[in-house]
Formats: sequence, structure tokens, C-alpha cells
Amino acid sequence: MNAPVNTAALAPENSAPPGPFKEFVRAFTANRGATIAFFVFVAVVLSALFAPWLAPHDPIQQFRDHMLTPPLWQAGGLAQFPLGTDELGRCMLSRLLHGGRISLMIGAAAVTLALLPGVVLGLLAAFGNAWLSAAIMRVMDVLLALPGLLLAIGVISILGPGLINTIIAIAVGALPGYARLARGAALAEMARDYVTASRVAGAGTLRLMFITVLPNCLGPLIINATLGFSSAILETAALGFLGLGVQPPLPEWGSMLSAARDYIERAPWVVTMPGLTILITVLAINLMGDGLRDALDPKLRSA
Amino acid sequence: MFTLLLKKLATLIPTLLGVTLVAFALIRLIPGDPIEIMVGERRLDEDARAALMAQMGLDQPLPVQYLQYLGQLLQGDLGKSLVTREPVSAEFAVLFPATVELALAALVLALVLGLPLGIAAALKRGSWFDQLVMAVATVGNSMPVFWWGLILIMFFSVGLELTPVSGRVGIEYDIDTVSGFMLIDAALADLRGQESGAFKSAVMHLLLPATVLGTIPMAVVARMTRSAMLEVLREDYMRTARAKGLSPARVVFHHGLRNALIPVVTVLGLQVGSLLGGAVLTETIFSWPGIGKWLIDAIARRDYPVVQAGILISALVFIGVNLIVDLLYGVVNPRLRGGGH
Repeated sequence: MNAPVNTAALAPENSAPPGPFKEFVRAFTANRGATIAFFVFVAVVLSALFAPWLAPHDPIQQFRDHMLTPPLWQAGGLAQFPLGTDELGRCMLSRLLHGGRISLMIGAAAVTLALLPGVVLGLLAAFGNAWLSAAIMRVMDVLLALPGLLLAIGVISILGPGLINTIIAIAVGALPGYARLARGAALAEMARDYVTASRVAGAGTLRLMFITVLPNCLGPLIINATLGFSSAILETAALGFLGLGVQPPLPEWGSMLSAARDYIERAPWVVTMPGLTILITVLAINLMGDGLRDALDPKLRSA
Repeated sequence: MFTLLLKKLATLIPTLLGVTLVAFALIRLIPGDPIEIMVGERRLDEDARAALMAQMGLDQPLPVQYLQYLGQLLQGDLGKSLVTREPVSAEFAVLFPATVELALAALVLALVLGLPLGIAAALKRGSWFDQLVMAVATVGNSMPVFWWGLILIMFFSVGLELTPVSGRVGIEYDIDTVSGFMLIDAALADLRGQESGAFKSAVMHLLLPATVLGTIPMAVVARMTRSAMLEVLREDYMRTARAKGLSPARVVFHHGLRNALIPVVTVLGLQVGSLLGGAVLTETIFSWPGIGKWLIDAIARRDYPVVQAGILISALVFIGVNLIVDLLYGVVNPRLRGGGH
């Protein structure tokens, strides 16, 4: 009615406002840690992608004359094996590079497999009638009643260990989180005028769900998917370490650690290397996630 | 408070039923014949097989089986281990205190280190100390628990020979189980003069596993305390308190910390899940005889009744702890006592 329009705030600066992507890049690169983490992550992805060309050896080839060779910088190290060899004489560097393919692939597949159905279920719960909504969310509550890793262990105990089953187990554990998040975000958006306007204009439920509402819920989903990616990598390694994940001789970071346990005294590098690789990868993704949150969610900026 | 508890319990009923349904389905979802898989190498004749089927109720229609299962659960019957032939509930009663002891020690460590570090970092915002604490917390938050355990073993047990690598107390000690908590039982044994040095041995055994399990919660508590403190320090009532001439310590701890604790309790509640998952890994690394190691061993031995009970119990513990955290909010934040949320 008589609300004063703040013309000062609306007055255009002479330059055109930056586009959303440009603004995102500016906000993201303002965070130094996130920027460094981004480049570390790109390096990890590239090294995994090009592992077959970068790795000096076949990751499962056993050099029986060079078992437990120390890394290059220690006495007895060989240029042939820059990071040393494991208890079966396999090249650590080659195994770590190829292990990156497995970990990143499982992480990406598990997040996708959890995110897509999770979002659909969440949107259905937001748009559906009370009965459907209650049914979906009660099932999600049951899945949430088990901590992620334990749920994954339960799924593995039914399906048995293996690469595909690891993906399924981790995805099942992550799914309810996305469903809850999508439902919450969708409910918040549905209360807004633009959704009502779209509904009044005659948009069907499917259009409302996926074209009107979903794009505006993507921010929190992207942030959570990023953090979910790092926890999927951690869980993959944890399952591998427990002997419930990817099985030998495939070079998976967690199962490499589990085999290395017996050589803690004699060959510390077989323990330190895979763990450091996991830590660096997970740390990079988490820092990137923090940067994404700051860049995508202006409310949290400078918090 | 009491009505809040009742309300919370009522909303939990569908979840509880769902969890029992999942545990019930676990054995029936194993591809193939459950009896054959469970028995594995051991050969069974037809009679023994039929007896086992009947014993596990697998010869009844599914809904009847489920109701029977529920009935057993309500009587506290969790089935029998296929390996030890002992009732699962008896094994659980012995192992559960070990896990609780480990988890509590980890939580105490996380709070004792995380809270002061977070407060100090907030008060010295931007200093090198603040940056150091935040860097450590960020790394700690991303730490692969199982690797961290191995590194600590490598350094403290193998390198410095300071701490033992496995178990809860040195094998030379014969400790009577009184409370189930090794620290208490060992201290009692020392006091009674049965043993000497048992308490110290128990502490040394607990130190590394608790550190490993406490690292992630500590990092989370430090981060959350810092940001909550920063938030609170900006509030008007803090300025008022200072202006009234209260001592800086009283302002920070009485006015500041009490309000900063609300989000800290929230994230601590969210940590319980990762604490349970972490306990499985920590117990496996340190051969700590708790329910986490029990579960993993049972999976390796295909001891499905134990797996079923282990999963069910973990879920119940998780639900129970979350309920307690919900009620704790009421204590920390009086505004929530009406049960509005």
C-alpha cells in the first residue's frame, strides 16, 4: 500500500549485473580452501581417468622378486616402483591410481542411484495426498533408523560382497536423506506465489513437480550430493576394509588397507599410502562442498 | 516433559514396527534356501533340517512367522546363535557394555577437547590458533576412521610401545564382571586387592580406541562450538552482560556457552549414527569385544540370527539415543519444552 520502494537499492550500477554462473564462480573462488580443493579434486579425477596410461604397471601383476619394496625416497627404493610395492610385489602407485577409478566410480554411481529415486520419492511425498506422503516418509524413517554404514552392512549381508553390491548398499543408505531433503525443499517452494501462479495458469502436477519446483530445490540437493559423494567414498573404503566391499585382487583403497594391516611393523608405506589417498580425496570433496554451500546459499555466506 | 516423551514414543511406533519388519525380512531375503546357506559346509539330514526349519519357524506362512517373531521379541527372545548355540540376548548382554564404554569414552574425549578448543577459537577469531584449530577440525572431519586407527597403532603401539593393540585389559588380569564396564570392574579388582595395576591396564587399552572413535565427533563439536559461539557473541544480551560489569568468564560461560550449546547438542545427536558405524570399524581394528565386532564376525561366519539381532539392536539403540537427544533439547532449550516441535 504505502510501502516505500527503496529506489536506492534498485538503482542500477552502470555495469550489467553478473550472470548467475559468473556470480557463482566469483563466490566460489573467494573461498581459497575450496578453490585449492577443486584443483586437487580435478587432479584426482584425471589421474583416475587416465590410470591405465599413467600407471607404470598392471595393478594386479605380482613382481615376486620385489615384495615389500620401500618407496623411492627410502633406502632400498627402486625407480621402477616410485611408491614401493605391497606384500605380493604389486606396484603401489599403479594400485592407487586404478583404485581411484573404483572408488570414484562407486561414489558417483551410488550418489546417482540414491539421488534420482530419492528426489522422485521426495517430490511425490510433497505433491501426493496425505496417505501417499505418509507411506513414503514412514518407509524413509525406517531406513533412517539405521546409521548409513550399518544399513550398508545389512544390505551386504543379504546380497554378499562385491562391487555392484557395494554400490547398491551405499545407495540404499543414502536414499532416505535425499528424499527428506527434496520433500522439505519442495514443500517450502510450494508455499510461494510463483507455484500458485503456475498452478492457476493450468500447469499439470508433473510440470509443477519437475519444471516449476525442482529447479529451485537444486541448491541444497547439489550441496548434499557433493558431501554424499565423499561419504560414499569413505563407506566404500570402510566396507572394503571390513572385507565386505570390493574383493581382491581388484585394487580398492579400503581393501588395500585391510591387507596391509599385517605389515604395519615391516612396511609402513603399505598402510600410509592408501589412507593418505583416501584422506586427501575426501578432504578435497568436503572442502569443495563447503565452498559450494557458501556460493549457492547466500543466507549462509560469511557465517 | 512427560507428555512430550509420550508423544515422541507414539510417533516412533510405526518406525519400530518397520525396523522389526526389516530385521525379519533379512533372513528371508537371502537368495536361495536360508537353511542351506546358514548351515554351509555342515551337512544336514532331512530330520535335522526339518527340525531347524521348525525351530526358526520357517515352515509357517509369512504373516504368521512375522507375528511369531514379534511375540518372541516382546519376550526378549532374539533367537540362538548358530555357531555358539547360545541365546543371542545373553551374548549381547556381555558385549553391549563394552561398546557403550567405548562410545562414552569417545564422547567424553570429544567434548573435553572439542568444547574448549571451539570456545577458544571463537574468542580468538582469526588468530593463528583459530586457524590451527579449524584446520585440525576440517581434517579430522574427513578422517577415514579405520586408517587413523592403524596410524595410531603404528605410532603409539608399534613405534613407542606405549599402548596395547587389542582387547580391553591385559590377559594377565582376571577381572570379575560387576558392571560390565572394564574401567569400573578393573578399579574394583584393584581396590579389593585381587589384582594390582588392572585399572591402569584398562585405561591404556581404552585410550587409543576412544581417541580413534572420538576424532570425528571432536572435530564436529569444535567446529560447531566455534560457529555457535561466534553467533552468540554478537547478541545484544552479551553486550548487556558485559556492560553490567560481569566478569568476562561469567559472560562467556554463563551467558554465552549456555546459548551456544543448543546447536552443539543438535549436531552431537546427529553424530550418534556415525559413532555407531565408527564403533564397528574401531572395534574391528582393536579387537574390542563389543557389538560392532560381533556383527562383523557373525557376517563372516554366516551366523544369520546374530546378524539379524545385531542390526535390530543397532537400530533400536540409534532410535533410543535420538529420543534421549530430543528430550535433552528440552533441558537445554526451555522454549522447546512445550513440545511445539
